[in-house]
Amino acid sequence: MTTEQTNQSAPTPGVDNPLMNALIGSRKFFTPRATMSEDKREIHYSGGRQGDSFYRNRWSHDKVVRSTHGVNCTGSCSWHVYVKDGLITWESQATDYPSPGPDMPEYEPRGCPRGASFSWYTYSPTRVRYPYVRGALLRLFREAKAANGHDPVLAWKSIVEDPAKARRYKSVRGKGGLVRATWAEAVEIVAAAYVYTVKYLGPDRTTGFSPIPAMSPVSFSSGARFHQLIGGSMLSFYDWYADLPPASPQVFGDQTDVPESGDWWNSSYLMMWGSNVPLTRTPDAHWMAEARYHGQKVISIAPDYAENVKFADEWLAPATGTDGALAMAMGHVILKEFFVDTTTDYFDGYVRKYTDLPFLVELEPDETGVFRPGRFVTATDLGSAATSEADTEDANFKPALWDKATNSPAVPNGTLGHRFAADGEGKWNLDLEDIDPALSIAEATDGIRDAVEVTLPRFDTAAQGEIDEITRGVPVVRLGATIMTTVFDLMLAEYGVGRPGLPGTWAENYEDATSPNTPAWQEAITGVPWQAAARIGREFAANARDSKGRSMIIMGAGTNHWFHSDQTYRTFLTLTTLCGTQGVNGGGWAHYVGQEKIRPFTGWLHLANALDWVRPPRQMTQTTYWYMHTDQWRYDQFGADMLSARAGHGKFKGMSTADAIAQSARLGWQPYYPTFDDNPLDIAEAASQAGKTSAEHIVDELKAGRLRFAAEDPDAANNYPRIWSMWRANTLGSSAKGDQYFLKHLLGVDNSVSAEETPEHLRPRDVDWRDEAPEGKIDLLLTLDFRMTTTTLHSDVVLPAATWYEKHDLSTTDMHPFVNTFNPAISTPWQSRNDWETWATIAEKFSELARTHLGTRTDVVAQPLQHDSPDALNTPHGRVKDWKFGECEPIPGKTMPKLVEVERDFTAIYDQYTSIGPLLESQGMNARGIRFDVDHHVERLRRLNGVVAKGAGKGQPRLDSDRRAADFILGLSGTTNGIMATEGFKKLEIRTGQKLADLSAEHEGKQVSFEDAKAAPVPVITSPEWSGSEAGGRRYSPFTINVERLKPWHTLTGRYQFYIDHDWFLEMGDALPTFRPPLDMNALFGEPQVGDSDGTSIAVRYLTPHNKWAIHSMYQENFFMMSLGRGGQTIWMSVEDAEAVGIADNDWIEAINRNGVVAARAVVSHRMPKGTAFMHHAQERTVNVPLTETTGQRGGIHNSLTRIMIKPTHLVGGYGQLSFAFNYYGPTGNQRDEVTVIRRRTNQNVEY
Amino acid sequence: MRIMAQMAMVMNLDKCIGCHTCSVTCKQAWTNRKGTEYVWFNNVETRPGQGYPRGYEDQEKWQGGWALSKNGRLKLKAGGKLKKLASIFSNPKLPGIEDYYEPWSYEYDNLLSAPEQKHIPTAPPKSLLTGERMDIKWSGNWDDDLGGTYAKADLDPMLKSIGDKVKLEFEETFMFYLPRICEHCLNPSCVASCPSGAIYKREEDGIVLVDQDSCRGWRMCISGCPYKKIYFNHRTGKAEKCTFCYPRIENGEPTVCAETCVGRLRYIGLVFYDADKVTEAASVPDEKDLFAAQKDLILDPHDPDVMDAAERAGIPHDWIMAAQRSPVYKLIKEYDLALPLHPEYRTMPMVWYIPPLSPVVDVVKDTGYDAENAVNLFAAIDELRIPIEYLANLFTAGDTDVVADVLRRMAAMRAFMRDINMGVEPDVRIPHAVGMTPESMEEMYRLLAIAKYDERY
Repeated sequence: MTTEQTNQSAPTPGVDNPLMNALIGSRKFFTPRATMSEDKREIHYSGGRQGDSFYRNRWSHDKVVRSTHGVNCTGSCSWHVYVKDGLITWESQATDYPSPGPDMPEYEPRGCPRGASFSWYTYSPTRVRYPYVRGALLRLFREAKAANGHDPVLAWKSIVEDPAKARRYKSVRGKGGLVRATWAEAVEIVAAAYVYTVKYLGPDRTTGFSPIPAMSPVSFSSGARFHQLIGGSMLSFYDWYADLPPASPQVFGDQTDVPESGDWWNSSYLMMWGSNVPLTRTPDAHWMAEARYHGQKVISIAPDYAENVKFADEWLAPATGTDGALAMAMGHVILKEFFVDTTTDYFDGYVRKYTDLPFLVELEPDETGVFRPGRFVTATDLGSAATSEADTEDANFKPALWDKATNSPAVPNGTLGHRFAADGEGKWNLDLEDIDPALSIAEATDGIRDAVEVTLPRFDTAAQGEIDEITRGVPVVRLGATIMTTVFDLMLAEYGVGRPGLPGTWAENYEDATSPNTPAWQEAITGVPWQAAARIGREFAANARDSKGRSMIIMGAGTNHWFHSDQTYRTFLTLTTLCGTQGVNGGGWAHYVGQEKIRPFTGWLHLANALDWVRPPRQMTQTTYWYMHTDQWRYDQFGADMLSARAGHGKFKGMSTADAIAQSARLGWQPYYPTFDDNPLDIAEAASQAGKTSAEHIVDELKAGRLRFAAEDPDAANNYPRIWSMWRANTLGSSAKGDQYFLKHLLGVDNSVSAEETPEHLRPRDVDWRDEAPEGKIDLLLTLDFRMTTTTLHSDVVLPAATWYEKHDLSTTDMHPFVNTFNPAISTPWQSRNDWETWATIAEKFSELARTHLGTRTDVVAQPLQHDSPDALNTPHGRVKDWKFGECEPIPGKTMPKLVEVERDFTAIYDQYTSIGPLLESQGMNARGIRFDVDHHVERLRRLNGVVAKGAGKGQPRLDSDRRAADFILGLSGTTNGIMATEGFKKLEIRTGQKLADLSAEHEGKQVSFEDAKAAPVPVITSPEWSGSEAGGRRYSPFTINVERLKPWHTLTGRYQFYIDHDWFLEMGDALPTFRPPLDMNALFGEPQVGDSDGTSIAVRYLTPHNKWAIHSMYQENFFMMSLGRGGQTIWMSVEDAEAVGIADNDWIEAINRNGVVAARAVVSHRMPKGTAFMHHAQERTVNVPLTETTGQRGGIHNSLTRIMIKPTHLVGGYGQLSFAFNYYGPTGNQRDEVTVIRRRTNQNVEY
Repeated sequence: MRIMAQMAMVMNLDKCIGCHTCSVTCKQAWTNRKGTEYVWFNNVETRPGQGYPRGYEDQEKWQGGWALSKNGRLKLKAGGKLKKLASIFSNPKLPGIEDYYEPWSYEYDNLLSAPEQKHIPTAPPKSLLTGERMDIKWSGNWDDDLGGTYAKADLDPMLKSIGDKVKLEFEETFMFYLPRICEHCLNPSCVASCPSGAIYKREEDGIVLVDQDSCRGWRMCISGCPYKKIYFNHRTGKAEKCTFCYPRIENGEPTVCAETCVGRLRYIGLVFYDADKVTEAASVPDEKDLFAAQKDLILDPHDPDVMDAAERAGIPHDWIMAAQRSPVYKLIKEYDLALPLHPEYRTMPMVWYIPPLSPVVDVVKDTGYDAENAVNLFAAIDELRIPIEYLANLFTAGDTDVVADVLRRMAAMRAFMRDINMGVEPDVRIPHAVGMTPESMEEMYRLLAIAKYDERY
């Protein structure tokens, strides 16, 4: 309708009634400056508006400084910090990111509400302004110092060695009573504790923890460098947080490498699977929203109506923890429709070239004649008659395939066996040359001529600890006594895709629910309609076929935080790999859980680990560390074989998880600190006195039984850590799975553990059980922080840290290809100091005290067998042999850890900390198996930052500030130093025989300086440190170098590995991707079954996804976030579960299981599925947490209801891609298989 | 014709991720101070939900905005000035603090200062108004992501008329986010409600402001605004509201909420309107005609007559240029995507919304349609999870056809662009089916998807 028509039908417009007109008109008298409309309805002002000035004044500011936030959120957003009158006022996002090009959205603005509220902390009432020491300890220390001739080390000794005194201060940890101290006194206590522990117990009894270097590598490196210089251990984080997808090292041989968020734009089919993009990838979510307009189809797979479902074209809601079943069914459809019923050229070519599908696997009969998949057939097995590779150095690590061209087995280029030996030079590549691989044996034998039945485990029907199997046929070829098939044939058997002429049980069609891995089979498990599962799988593949691989799966914590997440991920990666999407822009896996990607990798690696002064470092997988040292191992009621398939050779029989850890430590698979039941300084000294090397001495002593691995007696007084230091971390308020066990055994304070210790008949076989478990193991808990957390509350010493707007640092993420900077907007207020300076202060005092107590000593470091090194060649065929049982000799670096002597001048720790040591020039830098010679780059830093005039670092480049540490990282990494990248590629060209150096040539002259990154975020350079290419300004996608330049993956076959033939994987039933349901906590621990209710309480699956108002540990108590959230700890529940036990929205509830008790408010919502509760991650007990009705103690945190559960296969090492590297391979701190009981508090008037 | 320039905003709800960054940056910049603790010039509501302050859309209760009198003329819904003056010291149509929320903080000091004691220290909540310990029971964002919504569905005024069509159950779940600032209306009822004449529309850009010197704290504006986007500063005793960040706008910068919007869904631009026609447009009898009437007020900045009139009205040349390249104008008038929030309030609001496309087909039902057909990759409009009636209640006074047309254009754009994305010849019938050309559809796509900084503002 037009206004003209309105005019005809309506009365003359105007404001109603004359009286009102008059009254409105009277406003003129109040507002003489105004002009008023004729109908007196409007008032307009122009000019001279004094009343506006308030807002103009408020907006004014003196300066704007660029910084960012040191958080593990994957954001790495650049922010403007506003300063007025010397005070930080607020922040807003920077918008000056380098452009991805004219036809794409931009990265601007990046940020989220959490980041936008950070400035509150600067002056918040919870800011740590001064050093604090536990009052009870400070009194003891002052007295002890007076009584010990003012020697702080002897004073510390007199306290911690006196059980009554130790008890006095340990038992009141966390219960208030922190008192202000001077920096000098606080640091003296800390340094004394370190010197004492190193001297009397061993440097490997100290440990430091700081997570996620990418979120501020300089701060990370500060304490890490100190610990490595003195011989302490550093704890891993990526695996501990369960953010590491173990499937990645298992199948790609890579820690994690994923596309930047901008690459989502290039995808035309996007599944978000267990990854709630708007909430957890807030600054990146727009790429997904915008890509939909670009014609992308979006699928959300989430058990609840998650925020991302709003954007999805379709929502599949599988029951929690059953995602693997859904993916297996999709794999079934893809294998059947795109590989068996028809051939899809693009997929077919891809899998033959880039995956292990054509590789030969030997089928091994057991004593009853049942065939099971066994080991890869290698050049050694084929023998010299069949291949010239059989006589080469690493022939055992050269798996073979069937060459149709010669109709015989052949070893292609690019296997692990080509990677290190001289004869592999120029052959470590994926060029098949004249080989024409047979995907199936049926191709080799021109149809199915010979077939056998293989038995495969299935886990969907078996009770925990029981085993069901299915029998399916595969075509085989026989070579002498060896019966072989291909991985592809095994995959079809596993997925249940039949072919005419094969024996065994097969699905009749998609609707056959009895046959594992069909669409109908998954429906019974997941609740997703079979038609939908089949259709989405088909669409994903069809899109990949039509777009040449541009189908993508964003996968996240919702699927990765489970016990069997590695298998769940392998079922997803089957989809991405079969469809040729890996190594393609817009395709592949996109795992974003944790900000793991430190783009300037090499510089950080060497700075943080002090590799410029001493090698090797001590690095420990944190999950294992706390599983043992918080004594959670004592509460496992089951053996390792409860988790296995029992399909193997009974390798886990009678073993507990602790036994598996001890074995892993003594075989050198995984690190374990403390390593031996003696001080390594004393061991080295004893060796020297005996005229032997430490390695010889240790082997002799172990054989004689006079020396033991500490892991075999973890509760002995000398076998656990004594100092735990944290910075940039809040383990006790956040990541401590089994938080209450930490309080009990590590700290020695009240707790709400109600679990019972393991009964005698289920206790470990090889690990000693002590009747009394120690409580209060740790002598010193130190934290550096700028706010009060659960961890600072429990600490013995708290040092005031600079905030993220008060220091220099760097930030990078996997989500965007830029380097950002932290810069101080104000100088550090009160008595706070930046982390680099704080650890320098501690190092200085330590060095001073060491002059009396330590001097220079020899240390012996037990280093596990390393990934990306020839250590990965130590377990032929993945066959496990243990020297302890006489199965082989103990040989350091082969069948047990490497034992490396290291000289440490403890009086020079400060000098070393503050200068770049000589080893970079004398020994080069190493990363990802590439050696960089960096003399000229170090020389540049000498000129840039000046040289040290005296002391241990004389003549070396200065490293005395956070800013100079940043220069170390930027100047000595390929991604930020174009010359270094090119030099690295040239090295790689020699090994691979492929052209690579052109990838970074366009930036060869580029040196990213701190000033560059301060001015605006700077794009990084394509470098051999990573697997993707950004050359020509393309978006980063992993493995594009592998696919386009034929560079092998760092795996056994050099290809994507569908199949893993290590003994423990066969034992676990994890040789092939398969569906593994969540752990049955009823069977394992006697917890109730989900859904059990007595009318007042109900058992639910307990999940801890990320929190909208507090991603990770740094935020929860923030005033603004609390106002937008519910103002305290909450647990989200479904309407059905809440109503079943009389819980209404916002009621106080308690969640209780054997691990602890949580007090929270209920948020009841119909977007939650029945049977599942969410307690969002990292909700702190520092704010609004009452005393519980259950125990009368303060309620716990989200991790008070969880505990550490270790999957034995994550302990494997020394074999191909299954070899240790820090944060690369190790047990995950998974926490999603847990259940809890929830009930409404009878008294809703809570007490604090 | 009396041409006036208006600074206006469009928010594309289809891109909103509900992160509340806009709220936080706005609050940090403007209302992070005593007297405005409970005030969020910018807030984001989960819908369905009650909003902030709760139930503000229930004009039967709050009597905000305009109504037509018996003779078809505009009157303040809350009544004329006589009634106002009579009740000036006890305004009954004012939301109480409990309708916003009682702002709180915590005894944070306790964490550092607690002496050695039995339990781990914690920081209990305390009221920022009274300083006393308090029980947290409501906030400005209480029902975020549908928390507790199931039990209070009847308190969402938009659900009332369609209650029989909407089930708040797991399988039927839908939600979207509605970020809100002051509407900077062409026909602001707050201005007309103020007995002091302290609220005004800026001559040059139409931004509605409260003159802090003139405000006498009558709070009639709070009642008069149907969006409840004027707040009372309990410390200064004055009304405060979103200023469209004029100190930034005057420097050529977008508003804080827009620039910090991580979803990149906010567009700011200038539009010209004929001020002489506002009252008439606001007075059309049928509520469902208000949207068209409001849209018609906006003038074509490329029309030579309009350009001429603008120049004569003293509007600078670069402002005319700005109106011509205004993304807001394009989204409202050229692509017919943006809709006003609650046109039935007759205030002629100038913050417009593109409704959310939510083509999620039912999770439980068999959806075995042909996946090979590109168009079928996207579910049809009639399978939306968000009931179209709900959107119509928000944006078109209940006219579902208008909303369906918008959503159809968005869906058509996706189908059209998919072919281009896949390297296939695009089907020109798709844009034609929704009254567009392939060229205009691709331009629209660029504005919605590529949306570079310079094109958004």
